[in-house]
Amino acid sequence: MSRRPYVRKVERSWWLAHPRYVAYMAREITSLFIGLYCALLVVGLVRLAQGPAAWEGFLAAASSAPGVLLQLVCLAFAAYHSVTWFALTPKAMPLTLRGERVPGGAIVGAHYAVWAAVSLVVLIAAGV
Amino acid sequence: MTETVTLEVLRYRPETDSEPHFQTYTAPYNEDWVVLDALNHVKDNVDQTLSYRWSCHMAVCGSCGMMINGEPKLSCHAFLRDYRGKTIRIEPLDHFPIERDLVVVMDSFMAKLSSVKPYLIPKPEKPLDDGEHLQTPLQLMAFKQYTQCINCLLCYAACPQCGLNDDFVGPAALALAHRYNLDSRDAGKDDRAGVVASNPGVWECTFVGACSDVCPKHVDPAAAIQQTKISASLDWFKAKLMPGANS
Repeated sequence: MSRRPYVRKVERSWWLAHPRYVAYMAREITSLFIGLYCALLVVGLVRLAQGPAAWEGFLAAASSAPGVLLQLVCLAFAAYHSVTWFALTPKAMPLTLRGERVPGGAIVGAHYAVWAAVSLVVLIAAGV
Repeated sequence: MTETVTLEVLRYRPETDSEPHFQTYTAPYNEDWVVLDALNHVKDNVDQTLSYRWSCHMAVCGSCGMMINGEPKLSCHAFLRDYRGKTIRIEPLDHFPIERDLVVVMDSFMAKLSSVKPYLIPKPEKPLDDGEHLQTPLQLMAFKQYTQCINCLLCYAACPQCGLNDDFVGPAALALAHRYNLDSRDAGKDDRAGVVASNPGVWECTFVGACSDVCPKHVDPAAAIQQTKISASLDWFKAKLMPGANS
């Protein structure tokens, strides 16, 4: 008897099949919003190079209600990306100290500490 | 009345079926039975034509992987009591062709597994007269979790990349490559890099992490792959900055 293996196609909606795939897709989609914010920064640089009037116009647009809303949405996605990434870091960088594995919580905690320190430096530099 | 459990089993008999279809069976409910026990009851008492793989019944052989209510599981490790009151839907492992009923074709995995040279490659070969290869507990700890893989293929069924991309070497094979690369007795990392550090190797992995979620032996293939990405990147930079130097 000849073999006739049956191949099942992966549905386009595969990522809806389990919460872990939805969470993964949510993490992937954060890149769009982080890209959008990067584009916003590039536009800001271009406007800055065009002179004081252009820069003031950019600042006004960024401070308007839609501008603030856009930045808040980008911030939310960036925070989700960072939190989920930090949670994965112990997998990517297993550390050994004096013959013992460093607990995952310590590696994640160190990332939050560096995040807080860098944020503090940025806020101080920005004069907030 | 004796409590029973309803099983919806995906059937595919290539000599008669053009495509798979579900068939419903009823089996007795037992507090200490696993899904494999219910399937064995069906095979022994109801329908001898039902085909599936199993051997040890104790989560060691890795033969009885199936999709159970959409989740890749060892059927010897899935207790009926965890599905009490629900219909249990049993399908062959996702992302593999179906040979017959719950039996999948695993030829692609066997080829991928052998492509990563999952064995010690000591350089130079040590003569037997020189005695055993000694290893400290710390050296063993570096790779021990990756030795626990039983090749059950649950990670391949959980990984969307394996379903979407036939060429992806996949979690278990890459975790085993990492296991040997980390072994202090091994010097075969460069021999494996052609496959492991290629696009279909670790770089097709987008870190969904499902492989590690479903692994019944806590091997954590996702960790192995991410660590391999870092190591492969460092080797790439070393090769660019210091051509000719060993990695």
